[in-house]
Amino acid sequence: MTRQTAVPDAAAAPAPGPASAGDERLARTRLLNQLVVRPELGSVLGAVLVFVLFSVVTDRFLTPSGVATWLDDSATLGIMAVAVSLLMIGGEFDLSAGVMTASTSLVTAIFATQLGWNTWAALAASLVFALLVGFLNGWLVMRTGLPSFIITLASFLMLQGLNLGVTRLMTGTVQVSGMRSAAGYASSGFVFASTMDIGGTTIQVSILWWLLVTAVASWVLMRTPFGNWIFAVGGSSASARAVGVPVTRTKILLFMTTATAAWLVGSINILRFTTAQANQGIGLELQFIVAAVVGGCLLTGGFGSAVGAAVGALIFGMARQGIVFARWESDWFQLFLGAMLLAAVLVNNAFRRRAERVRR
Amino acid sequence: MADAILRAEGISKWFGGVAALQDVDFEIAPGEHAALVGDNGAGKSTLVKVLTGAERPDGGRIWFDGQERHFHSPLDARRAGIETVYQTLALADHLDVVANLFLGREKYRVRLGPFSVLNRSAMRAEARKMLESTGVHIPDLRSSVMGMSGGQRQGVAIARAAGMGSQVIVLDEPTAALGVQETARVEEIIRGLKRRGVTMLMVSHNLRQVFDLVDTIWVLRHGQMVGRRDTSEVSPEEIVSMITGADRVTGLEFT
Ligand SMILES: Nc1ncnc2c1ncn2[C@@H]1O[C@H](COP(=O)(O)OP(=O)(O)OP(=O)(O)O)[C@@H](O)[C@H]1O
Ligand SMILES: [Mg+2]
Repeated sequence: MTRQTAVPDAAAAPAPGPASAGDERLARTRLLNQLVVRPELGSVLGAVLVFVLFSVVTDRFLTPSGVATWLDDSATLGIMAVAVSLLMIGGEFDLSAGVMTASTSLVTAIFATQLGWNTWAALAASLVFALLVGFLNGWLVMRTGLPSFIITLASFLMLQGLNLGVTRLMTGTVQVSGMRSAAGYASSGFVFASTMDIGGTTIQVSILWWLLVTAVASWVLMRTPFGNWIFAVGGSSASARAVGVPVTRTKILLFMTTATAAWLVGSINILRFTTAQANQGIGLELQFIVAAVVGGCLLTGGFGSAVGAAVGALIFGMARQGIVFARWESDWFQLFLGAMLLAAVLVNNAFRRRAERVRR
Repeated sequence: MADAILRAEGISKWFGGVAALQDVDFEIAPGEHAALVGDNGAGKSTLVKVLTGAERPDGGRIWFDGQERHFHSPLDARRAGIETVYQTLALADHLDVVANLFLGREKYRVRLGPFSVLNRSAMRAEARKMLESTGVHIPDLRSSVMGMSGGQRQGVAIARAAGMGSQVIVLDEPTAALGVQETARVEEIIRGLKRRGVTMLMVSHNLRQVFDLVDTIWVLRHGQMVGRRDTSEVSPEEIVSMITGADRVTGLEFT
């Protein structure tokens, strides 16, 4: 883990004064070590690589509208990847996270269009639903002591069934549409799905949400006791408990955080597209985990970074849209993804081994 | 003894069919240093865990600071004033030294429950003082404890326990994994606790260490407390025979 103050130290390292050659080398090693122990370093290198590649092979990639396109693609994935990275640092998985983005969309849409609620009230109901599912996931994991992989696999399947079953019951089809005519659509749409015009380029507000979520998550992780608890419970929950960390509370809160992020993404989606498909979201949970792992999260917990996960999502978005811009077959995306994951894990692993010796 | 700060009566604890503790009594007076000895599996760690809230006893009662207590977690016990360094769970590996020293009692700039803003410079400054007053030398406070030597880790754990301002400190085999020099250093730290008047209970297999450091020795055998002796009035031979249950001692373990 790297709760460090890179800036002051990096600045202090090449201190003025009569430093000997040895000191300088030491300072440089220190600086290098500080960089290397950042969990997100691998993902940043990968992002630069992908960025350069598509900037060279396509014309559109670097244009303002091109940038807006891949940022937009990265945004909702990034929001989830960041939340999932916190959960993974805390030592748990959430396989229901992908389907949750659809479930929350559907709950909002059903309340707003089928029951005639104001959109804001429907969003609130959907948030309550998300918090409840997150709580249940966490509570069951802590209560049973079973791997979260199994528990959330179960909730993944159940939510998937609920999404289809309830939607069909309510609408007779597998989608809910008509959000645009719901009361409160305009104001809620402004918050979750508006666009801004910056220099003639249309920017989705979801990108701002992504940046905000990343900043807040990173702050919590590095600067608050809750951040310390996340690292501690992920490293070893037995030790954490013995030294007084509220392990159960921390983990349940992490599951609720992931569910809340899914609600945010669900809200963004439903207000932007105004239609929710009951079979959406399946398979996304793996993308979240891949982005988090590319961003430096350990599968075993206790190590990782929120910024890294956001960058991991950025790599996804850049590659997916870059491949479109380059007019390659989209089949290549999966190959690329697998290679990226493998490379990231290898690089992170090598760095981490070094980090374990340096650790600052 | 009316003036015991920590007292347990009739403690029993079962793990499946195994009686780890059977009707065990224990007490320690303020400022006293006591040791718990016994063979592997005698129940020492279990008694420590019961006294400090990490395990719930199946029977028996515990008094601390004049009141009967039912600790539900180590945090409970810590809040009451009992600080424990467990045999294997002393530290959170993935956190740095400062975070470990302050885990669960962080210092804040802004208070917002778990989302308070940490006052990291204040914690770092106090961490330095805590380590110094306990006599622990750590070159870089921001290194994570994972890469540190056994002695350093134990030092951080004891400094943490001692720095809590607790009334009782419990150490389960504080020098078990340490070399000669590191053991000596940890023993010096424990002597420092005695000088400061901190009550301490330690588990140890090292009789030389026990006789050097503590006032009273409690002997557990097969989950039962077979006796309490003042260090000044007992020989190592007698303790060994109490541990093993032998009437006559042939081979002596006195290292
Ligand atoms: N969590 C547990 N589950 C099952 N049995 C346990 C558990 N903890 C302890 N025991 C059993 O209780 C008995 C006492 O164990 P304990 O760890 O207290 O011994 P100890 O005196 O600390 O030994 P050592 O010197 O090896 O540390 C042993 O038989 C042990 O196997
Ligand atoms: Mg033990």
